[in-house]
Amino acid sequence: MLTLATGNKAVAAAVKEARPLVIAAYPITPQTEIVEQIAEYVAAGELSSQYIPVESEHSAMAACIGASVTGGRTFTATSSHGLLYMHEMVHWAAGARLPIVMANVNRSVGPGWNVWAEHTDAFSQRDTGWLQVFVSTVQEAYDATLMAFKIAEHEGVLLPVMVNLDGFTLSHIMQSLETVEIGDFLPPMHLPHAIDVEQPCAYGPLTGPADYFKFRWDIERSMRDAPGVIAEVEREFGERFGRRYGPTEDYRCEDADILVIALGTLGKEAEVAVDLLRAEGVKAGSMRLRWFRPFPDLDLRGRDVVVIDRDYSFGFGGVLAHSIRSKTGVEPFSVIAGLGGQEVTYDDIADFVRMHTPGTEYWFGVNGHV
Amino acid sequence: MYEIRIHSRGGQGGVTAARLLALAASRDGKYATACPFYGAERRGAPVVSFVRIDEEPIRVYSQIRRPDLVVVLDASIMDVVDVLQGLKSDGLVLVNSTHAWNGNRHAGRHVDLTGIALSLDLVVAGSPIVNTPMLGAIAKMGIVSLDSVRDAIAETFADDRNVNAAEAAYRELVV
Amino acid sequence: MTEIRKEEFILKCTSACAGCGGSLCLRYVLKAAGPDTVLVVPACCTSVIQGIYPATAVNIPVYNIAFAAAAACASGMSSAFRALGRKTNVIAYAGDGGTVDIGIQALSGAFERGTDFLYICYDNEAYGNTGMQRSGATPLGARTTTTPGGKPTTKKDLDRIVEAHDPPYMATACSAYPLDLYKKVKRALGIPGPKFIHILAPCPPGWRFPAEQTVEMGKLAVKSGMWVLYEREYGSLTISAPSKAAMRKPVPLEEYIRRQGRFRGITDAALTELRHQADLNLRRLTREAEGIC
Repeated sequence: MLTLATGNKAVAAAVKEARPLVIAAYPITPQTEIVEQIAEYVAAGELSSQYIPVESEHSAMAACIGASVTGGRTFTATSSHGLLYMHEMVHWAAGARLPIVMANVNRSVGPGWNVWAEHTDAFSQRDTGWLQVFVSTVQEAYDATLMAFKIAEHEGVLLPVMVNLDGFTLSHIMQSLETVEIGDFLPPMHLPHAIDVEQPCAYGPLTGPADYFKFRWDIERSMRDAPGVIAEVEREFGERFGRRYGPTEDYRCEDADILVIALGTLGKEAEVAVDLLRAEGVKAGSMRLRWFRPFPDLDLRGRDVVVIDRDYSFGFGGVLAHSIRSKTGVEPFSVIAGLGGQEVTYDDIADFVRMHTPGTEYWFGVNGHV
Repeated sequence: MYEIRIHSRGGQGGVTAARLLALAASRDGKYATACPFYGAERRGAPVVSFVRIDEEPIRVYSQIRRPDLVVVLDASIMDVVDVLQGLKSDGLVLVNSTHAWNGNRHAGRHVDLTGIALSLDLVVAGSPIVNTPMLGAIAKMGIVSLDSVRDAIAETFADDRNVNAAEAAYRELVV
Repeated sequence: MTEIRKEEFILKCTSACAGCGGSLCLRYVLKAAGPDTVLVVPACCTSVIQGIYPATAVNIPVYNIAFAAAAACASGMSSAFRALGRKTNVIAYAGDGGTVDIGIQALSGAFERGTDFLYICYDNEAYGNTGMQRSGATPLGARTTTTPGGKPTTKKDLDRIVEAHDPPYMATACSAYPLDLYKKVKRALGIPGPKFIHILAPCPPGWRFPAEQTVEMGKLAVKSGMWVLYEREYGSLTISAPSKAAMRKPVPLEEYIRRQGRFRGITDAALTELRHQADLNLRRLTREAEGIC
C-alpha cells in the first residue's frame, strides 16, 4: 500500500508488520513518534505485542533482553542520551546473542541541549557487537527495519541490529512509503538458546578468561559471516518486494574520479551535489555507506575520496574518515559537517568536492583546512 | 522540482498544511516531501515548513533556500520575518489576507482563509483553521489538483467542513 | 506442618562462603517456587554463588543481568512468558545494593507497571560481593570498608518505599526462619502482579561473626526487634509469629549488636538511635496490624 509517512512512522509501520512479542521503549525527542505510534497500534488492537512503557532506556533494553531470551521477537527505539543511558545493556544484548532490533533516531549529545541530527550517538555504540545500518529515506527506514529482524534472527548472526535514521531530517520528514505484507519473508523467530525450564542452565554467569575469550571470538565470527547473510536477505527482499539494497548505495560511481562518502540523509543529498559537479565536468560520484557494522569492504583504489563525518572523535578525527582510511588505505579529505543538525546543502557538498585536499580535515562553518 | 515555503505561527497548523499538501501532490502521482523546520516550538512564534514536489524522487533534505512559492498563513508575520527571502524572481506569494498584497516585484495572491474558516465555524481552541482552506487556494494555483486536495483532507480529518473550506478558498482565490 | 519440598535446586557445588545466609534463603525460595521458575540475578553474591561457567550450582534457569537491571529484565521476561501463555515464575533475586541503591529505579518502574513477578531482596546490609562496602541498607554505626569509622547515616527504609507502590503482596523474612520464608514465597507466587519479599541475610565475613552463628544471628535480629517479620497482603498487615513472640519477650538490642565485629566501637549515641529506630518501626507496624493507622 502506498501512503505518505514520516521516517518515525515508517519504522513503527515496519514494527507492526514484524509483530514483535514484546516492545519496551522510553520516549525521547526525536524518536517519540515511534513509541506513540506503536502504543496506538497496540491500543487499537492492530498489533498484539506486549508494550512495556518502561521508566528508562536502561530498563527498555533490559526488558527487551529478558523478553528476547524467552525466544520472542523484541523491539525498542531510542536516540541520543537515551542510547547512551542504555549503553551498558546495549553491550549486554550483543554479548547475550539476542536478536533485538532497535531504531536509533540519530541525535547529538549534550550539553548544550540540542535535539538535531548527528551520528555521535550511534558511533558511541560502535564496539558493542551490534550491527548498524544507516538509512536515507522513509522507505528505506521501513525496509531496513523489516530486514533487520530477519538478519538479526538468522542463525548465522544472532546479534542485535540498530537501524539509524537522522533525527528530524528523516524522522520527521514526510515522504511516500510503500508498505508490504511481509508473509513468510520473516518466519517466526527461533532462538536456539531460549530459556527452557526443562533444560535449566545459567545464562551469563561468572566466566573465566578462556571461555570468555571464546565467546568474544564467536561474536566476531558472526560479524564476519554477517555480510553474507545481509546480502542474502537484501537480495531476497529485492526479489520479493522490488527494492534493492546493498552495503553502499552507489550513484554515478562507475567512472568517477572523486567519491563523496557519507551516511544517512547527507549521503542522499550528496547525489544532487554529484549532478551539479557532473554538469561542471567534474567526474564525481556518491557512495552512501549503509552498513557501518559490519564495515563493508570498499574498493576505492585510484579515486579521490571526500568523507563527510556527522560526528567527531575528539583528539583523533572523524570516525568515518578514519574508518575509510584504515579499511582502504585511501587518504581522504575529511569534512566535519552537520553536527547538532547544522544545515548542509547539496551546494555545500559540491563545495567540499571542489576544495578537496587529501589528507586534511575541514570543519565546515568553523574555519578552513586544519 | 517545485519548492514551497509555508510561514505560519506555532499552533496555526503550518506543519499539517505542509503534510497535507505533500499528500495531495502524491495523490496526483508526484513525488513529494514535507518537512517542518523544528526549533524550540512556542505557540504563536513564527515557524516555517517546506514542501517539495517533483516528477522524480526527491533527494534533498536541506531547507528550501530558493522557493517557487511562499505561503503566508498569518500576514502579521511579514512585519517580523522577511518572507520573500530567496524567493525566485518568477516566484509567487500567497497571503492569507482580506487585502490585496502588493507583490514587491513578486506576483502576489491573497485570499481570506481566516474569513472562510470563521464563516464555516471551523475554529479549534479559539483559533480559526486556515491550513485546510489553504490547500484549496494552492489547488486553484494549479500546483495540485482539487480532487487530490479533497482526498488528502478527507483522509486526515473526519470533519467535512475542512473539505468545504478548501473548496471555498478554491472558489474565492482570483488567479 | 507445612511439607517442604524434598527436591533441591541448589546443588552441592556452590561457591558460597561458609555460613552464607543468602544461599540458605535461595535454597528455600527455590524449594517453594519449584522447577517452573526462572531466576533473574543482577550483580550480587548470588552471581558468584551459582558457580563458574560451564558449571552451575542452580538447577533452574538463571538469567544473570547487569547490576541496575534485574527488575526491568524480569519485567520483559514476565511479559513475554505471559504473552506466550506460560505461567513460569519469574523471580528477581537481588542483593541490597542491586535493590535499595542502583536497582531502585527499575524496581520502582516494574512495581508501578504492575509486572507479574516476585522481587526478592536478600539483604546482608552491604556490598558483599565486592568485599563489604557500605550500601544504602547498611545500618547506622556499622563499619564497612567504605565506612571505616561506622556508617554515619541510617539504613534506607526499603520496605516503606516498596509499600508506597501498594503491591498486592509484600513481606519480610529472615534466613533464620526458613519455614516462614518458604510459606511467604508460596503465598506470593499464588498472587498475580508485583510481589516483594525482603529477607535479612546475615553475612559472617561481612558482619564479622563466626560462620556457624548465621542462624543464631538472624534469630537475634528478630528477637531484638531490629528486624520485624510481617506480611502485607492487599494492604492488610500481619505480624509473623516469630516477631509476635519477640514482642512479648524481646532480647536486648545489645545482644545482637555486640556479637558482630562490624559494630565494634559503636557509640552510645548510635546505639540509642538504633534502638529508637527499631522501636519506631515496631510501633508503626503494630499500629498498622491493629488497624490503628
